Amino acid sequence: MPKLIIDGIEVEVKQGLTILQAAEEVGIEIPRFCYHDRLSVAGNCRMCLVEMEKSPKPVASCAMPVGDGMVIKTKSEKAVKARNGIMEFLLINHPLDCPICDQGGECDLQDQAMAFGFDKSRFIDNKRAVKDKYMGPIVSTKMTRCIHCTRCVRFVEEVAGVTEIGATGRGEDMEITTFLQASLESELSGNVVDLCPVGALTNKPYEFTARSWELNKTETVDVHDAVGSSIRVDSRGREVMRVLPRLNEDINEEWIADKSRNSCDGLKYQRLDTPLVRKNGVLESSSWGEAFDIIKKRLIGLNPNQIAALVGDLVDCESIMVLKDFMSKIGVQNLDCRQDGSLIDTRRRSSYIFNSTINGIDDSDCLLLLGTNPRKEAPIINARIRKRFLRGDYQIGLIGDAFDLTYNYNHISKTPEGVTSIVNEKNNFYNILKNSNKAMIIVGMSVFTHPDVNNIINSLYLLCDKTNVINKDWNGYNVLHTCASRVGGIDLGFVPGKSGKSTKEILIAAEKQDLKFIYLLGADEFDAKKIDKTFTVYQGHHGDRGANVADVILPGCAYTEKNGTYVNTEGRVQLASKAVSPPGEAKEDWKIIRALSEVVGCDLKYKTIDQVRKRMAWQNNIFADINRVYDDHSFFTGSSEFISSIPFHYPIKNYYQTDVISRASKTMAECTKEFSLNNNKRVEI
Amino acid sequence: MTLRELSASQPDSFSFTDENFSLSKRIIKKYPEGYQASAVIPLLDLAQRQEGWVSKPAIEFIADLLQMPVIRVLEVATFYTMFNLQPIGKKHIQVCTNLPCLLRGCDQVVKCCKDKLGINFGETTNDKMFSLSEVECAGACVNAPVVAINDDYYEDLTYDLMSKVIDRLVQGENIKIGSMINREGSSPVGNKKTLLEDPNHMVPKQDLLKAKADYEYQKKQKSISKGNN
Repeated sequence: MPKLIIDGIEVEVKQGLTILQAAEEVGIEIPRFCYHDRLSVAGNCRMCLVEMEKSPKPVASCAMPVGDGMVIKTKSEKAVKARNGIMEFLLINHPLDCPICDQGGECDLQDQAMAFGFDKSRFIDNKRAVKDKYMGPIVSTKMTRCIHCTRCVRFVEEVAGVTEIGATGRGEDMEITTFLQASLESELSGNVVDLCPVGALTNKPYEFTARSWELNKTETVDVHDAVGSSIRVDSRGREVMRVLPRLNEDINEEWIADKSRNSCDGLKYQRLDTPLVRKNGVLESSSWGEAFDIIKKRLIGLNPNQIAALVGDLVDCESIMVLKDFMSKIGVQNLDCRQDGSLIDTRRRSSYIFNSTINGIDDSDCLLLLGTNPRKEAPIINARIRKRFLRGDYQIGLIGDAFDLTYNYNHISKTPEGVTSIVNEKNNFYNILKNSNKAMIIVGMSVFTHPDVNNIINSLYLLCDKTNVINKDWNGYNVLHTCASRVGGIDLGFVPGKSGKSTKEILIAAEKQDLKFIYLLGADEFDAKKIDKTFTVYQGHHGDRGANVADVILPGCAYTEKNGTYVNTEGRVQLASKAVSPPGEAKEDWKIIRALSEVVGCDLKYKTIDQVRKRMAWQNNIFADINRVYDDHSFFTGSSEFISSIPFHYPIKNYYQTDVISRASKTMAECTKEFSLNNNKRVEI
Repeated sequence: MTLRELSASQPDSFSFTDENFSLSKRIIKKYPEGYQASAVIPLLDLAQRQEGWVSKPAIEFIADLLQMPVIRVLEVATFYTMFNLQPIGKKHIQVCTNLPCLLRGCDQVVKCCKDKLGINFGETTNDKMFSLSEVECAGACVNAPVVAINDDYYEDLTYDLMSKVIDRLVQGENIKIGSMINREGSSPVGNKKTLLEDPNHMVPKQDLLKAKADYEYQKKQKSISKGNN
């Protein structure tokens, strides 16, 4: 371990670190533009110059590996003078337009120019001007401001895995662009905005709407996919202005997917802000009291078999718990939180969560993807898989449609039959799984909606049993969920009771008019026509498919408007916080159900959210610990079954519009137009 | 400086001729497996030799051939000013205007080209015969001023000599390339000042025969001592 002295402090660091990283370990910050922890080193901005003893010139600390006996000075006259010079060079061509620049107030160049810049310019020549480039509906460009750090170029190549941005020309004429100014085709493209140290790449939907210092910043979690990325919601008044990622090494590192970032404008449109009641076929605004009365009248005299409740994709665990308690009080067993009709094995927790954890992907040594397209279903997890893939020596097998996943894989088969061939040791991938210590299998939602689900899962369990996928240190069986409320719903037991009906059966019963009453808690992702004739209560925040067929609508809160608990696909319990107030008369969802229970006459015991959370912990003790993942290495027993050759039916057709919020979002509609409709490459059917 | 962006008018497609295709295969083979992208510069050059310039379909074709992202090929094509991104005349007159050429009067050469052809830098004559561009050092400063026309160098030019070169090119006559004032290589103008002896009858300063005999003797001695060991 080399020892070196930085600013008089002796440090001993790992071999292979750079001077900049070593300085960070002792809390010395060196200014930088092009260097980024998670990207390759470019060393082209020269802002991180430091003085090194015995070196005639200052060295770029981001690119210089530490050596034994180095003496580094980061604040000496020579180092500071070098940085002053670099800053002066950077500002030769950078426009002084901070007052009209979107990055103003959160700009690295602005901050560092304050620290290292001169107060006047010595250059009298004209500044260079660069034409703006089109990069799609998410990234706006002001290329005159670009300082050529190439962070965006490295990000799209290394992390996003779509080599689309490049630097054309040379010297002063260097320009950052995509080929023929095509839009950036990546689910992670919004991150280049965060990476850009100046205002060259800015957030297009947020452009010129707010200043960073006038925003309220709320740390919360994302609900647009089951990853549960850590986000920061920036709001002004009652409006969510933008969503930014928050550092979380266990989940999203510092990236978030485009849907999580840019569908926030959907929170402003199509909102349900007052209770609505259908009168003579038309929905009319009403009061809470009237709406509750109608529901009460409809409930009286019904057999519990004639009642059903479905939970949607964006619902918090508190509401699920309260609804479950309410329904069990009136004896209803027709409950389901799997509105896509998937038949997930809920007998044991490890059979429906992402056991290896997202961090575990980094440690794994081979991967089998089954009926999943992680690039669409969980872009953050896909980026992690790519990160592991780039480290090398990583075999990936795929059963299902051959998607462009940004990494190479062996395509085993298009249909689920590939599982049989691996289990029967006919495919070489069996040996790969058998011989590795940390093998991973990722099972997508399309497996659970497949007609042959039980046979596939039983064969998979047998495969886990025969190979080394589950051992005492490692559980490599992973289910990749696509919606934020699914794991929480199953954890709280919001699944059909002993004689209860599942989603599919509920919908069939509704079509036959055997059901008289359906309670939809934010449930929209199913064929709503089937429940057209049944009395439907829709509780949610957006007027979408569910609200269209509803007879009574109870306005609830979106994820930014309430404190709630979500469980991500890893089984990690996370708390979301309230950033803004809900519109109009909308109320927090768990309170609505509790109030309704009082009207109906089966009062629930709890009055505060803490009491609900205690009730949740009593129902399932995982809710007692926030942010924790439980290791479960219990073995599965399976059997070899015949698997039919029906292809998988993937849950995500259009990545940009998968839930009520993203369907109401104008930005997501533009993305859909840009990527999914015109471009055949993107549409997967 | 020529415009470093793709031309507004582009052909519909590009593909190597059969001859160039087999040549491209040979070029790619020079590089180790997995490093085919290294062939991007020779292939862009090949495309330019075939078409006269590098078009968008050519860039896409080469990206496809080398299995590399198209933006990476564009980066290379825009980086090197020797790749013409605009359609170009049959004869590409590249006048060096760097310091040594300027000291020797390249401004007159430039003036001649502009007068005779009626075009400015970066332009092409209407008959698509000539294109004129200003280039950085062509690497033949000893015979400045220098003009490169396609791959040939014309050196020691003046206003009149450049005018003659253009006239002859227009008439399609053959011109001797190199120095226009009949200098031999880059030897001084007029008579030789050094190396005056006939190289075939020079007297070597060392006795080469003796040196050779010494060397053979030493070699023999060494092999004997090795044999004893």
